[in-house]
Amino acid sequence: MHNVITLFKRELKGYFATPVAYVFIVVFLILAGGLTFKVGSWFDAGQANLQGFFTWHPWLYLFLIPAISMRLWAEERRQGTIELLFTLPVTMGHAVIAKFLAAWCFTGIALGLTFPMWISVNYLGDPDNGVILASYVGSFLMAGGYLAIGSFVSAWTKNQVIAFVLSVWLCFGFILIGTETILDFFAGWTPRAVLEALASFSFLTHFTSITKGVIDFRDLVFFGSLIACFLFMNAIAIELKKAD
Amino acid sequence: MAPMIEIQSLTKRFGSFTAVDGVSFTVDRGEVLGFLGPNGAGKSTTMKMLTGFLHPTSGTAKVCGHDILEAPLAAKKMLGYLPEGAPLYPDMTPRGFLEFVAEVRGFGGGEARRRVDEVIAKVNLASVAQQRIETLSKGFKRRVGLAQAILHDPEVLVLDEPTDGLDPNQKHEVRNLIRAMAREKVIVLSTHILEEVEAVCSRTIIIARGKVVIDCTPAELAARSRYHNAVTVSVGAERVAPVRHGLSMLDGVQSVEDLPERDGTARFVLIPKARRSIAVEVGQKVREARWEVDELRVEHGKLDEVFRELTVTGKH
Ligand SMILES: Nc1ncnc2c1ncn2[C@@H]1O[C@H](COP(=O)(O)OP(=O)(O)O)[C@@H](O)[C@H]1O
Ligand SMILES: [Mg+2]
Repeated sequence: MHNVITLFKRELKGYFATPVAYVFIVVFLILAGGLTFKVGSWFDAGQANLQGFFTWHPWLYLFLIPAISMRLWAEERRQGTIELLFTLPVTMGHAVIAKFLAAWCFTGIALGLTFPMWISVNYLGDPDNGVILASYVGSFLMAGGYLAIGSFVSAWTKNQVIAFVLSVWLCFGFILIGTETILDFFAGWTPRAVLEALASFSFLTHFTSITKGVIDFRDLVFFGSLIACFLFMNAIAIELKKAD
Repeated sequence: MAPMIEIQSLTKRFGSFTAVDGVSFTVDRGEVLGFLGPNGAGKSTTMKMLTGFLHPTSGTAKVCGHDILEAPLAAKKMLGYLPEGAPLYPDMTPRGFLEFVAEVRGFGGGEARRRVDEVIAKVNLASVAQQRIETLSKGFKRRVGLAQAILHDPEVLVLDEPTDGLDPNQKHEVRNLIRAMAREKVIVLSTHILEEVEAVCSRTIIIARGKVVIDCTPAELAARSRYHNAVTVSVGAERVAPVRHGLSMLDGVQSVEDLPERDGTARFVLIPKARRSIAVEVGQKVREARWEVDELRVEHGKLDEVFRELTVTGKH
């Protein structure tokens, strides 16, 4: 536990040691705001809520989260520092969890910095703050899911660009299986149970359900087990690939 | 007393390729072991297994009695390791990085600061301690690598090509650091530079194609050279003919090899029969014949020649 904290601190500080972190946060805020106001025509909707803001998160994360996660292990392997890390008295589990938590915390900071949106809607109208809070929690959980997938992919390669592209595709798959189009495609010839199982793997399904204002236990279990599962595979991937 | 390092038939295969093939040896306190071999011999792979980075395909190793497979964390605590090329986090400063290592090694607050200060002084990093590592010269980076390896004052130091890629002055500095630490630690260092072995090691193991081909002291290694006990003679070029002829006729001399002439001085090497000492015999002959000879030098042997013989032809 002590080492998880030490590694976590080093990682988190690392984000702010370069301008990349600030660039990321600025890009995130501009896109999050821009999409909401322009594309989501927030003002025209005439509603005091953040629905138009949160709707974009799955798509925003699709490109922004792999940009964070791509370097997690790929860079460590490219620089050779992975050898340093694992010859210190550190276990694989500690290292994987610490890196993941630091990245998650960083995205949490970026997400938290969207608070002016929340202040604005409260200033302009009388929104249901419970729904907004739940949506923030849901968005944060979903970011964790994307990150776990990205971290896993990043362990397979030394090339950050490859890690980015593969992560985007894998995450895209996790969005897609919940969309109407895909479900319709399967609907005609697939048993209902399979259809529901497929949809239950989708980020969209769970995220949308949370943004309605209720954090269902099943949604928590989904994101929790997805993260655990990918981090476990992440550790295996490192073990297999670290010699290269 | 149990050996500090005990390597038991370590083997590592990558697919069907065997990089390290049943390597066994022990290292005792007070030894500086030079781990020698051509590129690709399996030095780094052996060290990566010894330091717990790679899992052996078979065999194991013990560091201060801790098995690297059964008690990896205990073994890692006893070890300081400088990986090949001294990888470091480029965004950190040496001080920040060393503080991180100290914390992972379990030192808190004041103790961590004291150790970091101490090690920065020891390897002379003070002038760059607050500069980002990626901006440092190779020599400084190597010293940061050494600093993290010795920060916790480990019993055992494993250094993979510690002077590789450094200029002669930097090499000299790093060797001095290693020599200074040799008194209190067990050191295993890999290299393919032979002068390094003579400069710092008390024992050498040569490996080739994943196997140990010889385990002895640098002096014993040199003694295997056909140049062991050879005598190099320097004499004015105009006077060389009778001297060369006369000395080549001595009983103990097997053959004569000429070296390039330098500033009007001819030089040749008298190779002894069966590496026996011929210095006395040569000296007497020179005195009796009243030759004017500039220099007589007894050779200890050429390591590079022995190295080549052991690693290329596989003969030993
Ligand atoms: N991860 C790996 N996969 C495949 N082959 C490897 C791997 N690591 C090392 N090798 C091979 O194993 C041999 C020994 O490598 P190494 O231990 O690095 O040699 P040295 O350090 O003595 O130069 C080399 O032929 C190298 O190509
Ligand atoms: Mg090597």
